[in-house]
Amino acid sequence: MSNQPEIQSTSRVGDVLFGGAAKIASGGIVLIVLIIGIFLLSNAWQPLLDNSANFFTSTEFRASTKPPRFGVAALLWTTLLTSAVALAIAVPVAIGLALLLTQYVTGRVASAIAFVIDLLAAVPSVIFGLWGIKIFGPAIQPSAHLIENLLGWIPLFGDGQVASPGTVFTASLVLAIMILPIITALTRDVFAQTPRETIEGALALGATRWEVTRLAVLPYGRSGAIAAAMLGLGRALGETIAVMLILSKVARFDVSVFSGGETFASIIARNAPEFDTPYKAGVYISAGLVLFVLTFAVNALARVVAERGKAKS
Amino acid sequence: MSKRIEVRDLDVYYGKFHAVNQVNLTVQPRTVTAFIGPSGCGKSTVLRTLNRMHEVIPGAYCTGQVLLDGTDLYAPGVDPVAVRRIVGMVFQRPNPFPSMSIYDNVASGLKLNGERNKQVLDEAVETALKGANLWKEVKDRLDKAGMGLSGGQQQRLCIARAIAVKPEVLLMDEPCSALDPISTLAVEDLIHELKESYTVVIVTHNMQQAARVSDETAFFNLKAQGEPGHLVEIGPTEQIFHNPTQQATEDYITGRFG
Ligand SMILES: Nc1ncnc2c1ncn2[C@@H]1O[C@H](COP(=O)(O)OP(=O)(O)OP(=O)(O)O)[C@@H](O)[C@H]1O
Ligand SMILES: [Mg+2]
Repeated sequence: MSNQPEIQSTSRVGDVLFGGAAKIASGGIVLIVLIIGIFLLSNAWQPLLDNSANFFTSTEFRASTKPPRFGVAALLWTTLLTSAVALAIAVPVAIGLALLLTQYVTGRVASAIAFVIDLLAAVPSVIFGLWGIKIFGPAIQPSAHLIENLLGWIPLFGDGQVASPGTVFTASLVLAIMILPIITALTRDVFAQTPRETIEGALALGATRWEVTRLAVLPYGRSGAIAAAMLGLGRALGETIAVMLILSKVARFDVSVFSGGETFASIIARNAPEFDTPYKAGVYISAGLVLFVLTFAVNALARVVAERGKAKS
Repeated sequence: MSKRIEVRDLDVYYGKFHAVNQVNLTVQPRTVTAFIGPSGCGKSTVLRTLNRMHEVIPGAYCTGQVLLDGTDLYAPGVDPVAVRRIVGMVFQRPNPFPSMSIYDNVASGLKLNGERNKQVLDEAVETALKGANLWKEVKDRLDKAGMGLSGGQQQRLCIARAIAVKPEVLLMDEPCSALDPISTLAVEDLIHELKESYTVVIVTHNMQQAARVSDETAFFNLKAQGEPGHLVEIGPTEQIFHNPTQQATEDYITGRFG
């Protein structure tokens, strides 16, 4: 009996301190997120009550009319469309690059390619925006016209009434380039962690290099790649300045990728001068609230996918 | 379905490092040959040259000949991928393919060979799993993940995967070193049965195991750390264990090594 206290009181001051600090920090982060959410909601509350358009289905967004008329349908469409197209382009390229860097080239060549890709991540988004609207956009106009001519009968590729390169199409491609480095880096890391034994198992069966990739590397890295894509999506959804510089404003909403429009982030940034009254600001904050929920959901989903993958392997 | 292996004047290098010096040996079809010897003497290295698996390590190469029923595996124009399809390998640590079912793991080699017929695959999977003494344990959960099996079951799954393609030769590099005694016994029994259809070469650190499973034993040694390993002698297991011709072999067998 007398020994028991001794057993229990081994010195764990460090553990307790560290555990406490970690708890406080993580609790703090949750608190901050909550406070941001509450801030957004409280500011948007009054305008939302007064809104004379349907917040979820209207494509209008007018903060200055009395009462205000605003809805997120168009913003949601443009935001999701730019991000989805960007992701559809960036993910295959990133996976290809990650496979190239881990399975096909090694040594200096691999480091050189990886360096160039990482360099892309260091370019400020405002530069991407300028480059997108002034150089890249005009350069891809011919291909845009080609697609429009071929597939114009599908509304998604219809004539968007935007003559300039300031289209969803341009914005999506630039976004794809912007999210490419992070997706590539993360997928490369998971692919590189494919256990040597698994790879050799495939090789010993007489698998070619591509078959090794298919049997060992891709199944092993799949959940990691999905998580990386989700993180890239999170970035694309929230990207502001580049999208704002590229997208042209349009008078009427159009679903086409060759139309302009606004995303949640771009409309808020572009209309910052209108935040002169808390009430008008609140109208835009309501859009911010939806974006907040959206990116939060995407990130949470990425976590879940990554965790599930971990548990399995 | 089983072939004779002849190794002639084999030297193996990892870049500049000379790992194995002048190995000459013959493995008869339908026998089990055990490679024994101290750590670092090149057992795995020699084993891997038998299906050109050493080539996947950057800088590794060998000189000499490895003949499979008279055909040199290193002759110009021989495709290492094709070699590995007829010389199968089982590793030290079980390595089933992740997120693949038991069935798909076993079928993977056949699918690589282009087999798509469901009925053929079903039969081959069943035969291989029975051959690996695993059928009874998994027949009701073939669609479950291979990773979900116990270590011993995973190793037998890997053996099933290797024999599903009906290789000429089966190489095993310490296949039981990660297994408990009961699983080890199961694998040893299996090796006895495999001998009826395959040429088996097994690397082991376990003397009793070598004595139990093998017909022939090859003893490898190295003079000193950093020196290349070499084959000391090869002969019937009985003779190597009870009446070796070399002093070094006797020292190693009786534990008077080093
Ligand atoms: N990938 C490699 N790169 C460089 N040298 C290697 C490599 N693999 C093995 N070697 C070297 O080759 C020699 C033989 O190694 P090998 O793995 O064949 O020994 P082993 O007899 O299988 O030993 P163990 O019983 O510990 O498995 C050792 O000196 C080892 O350091
Ligand atoms: Mg070894």
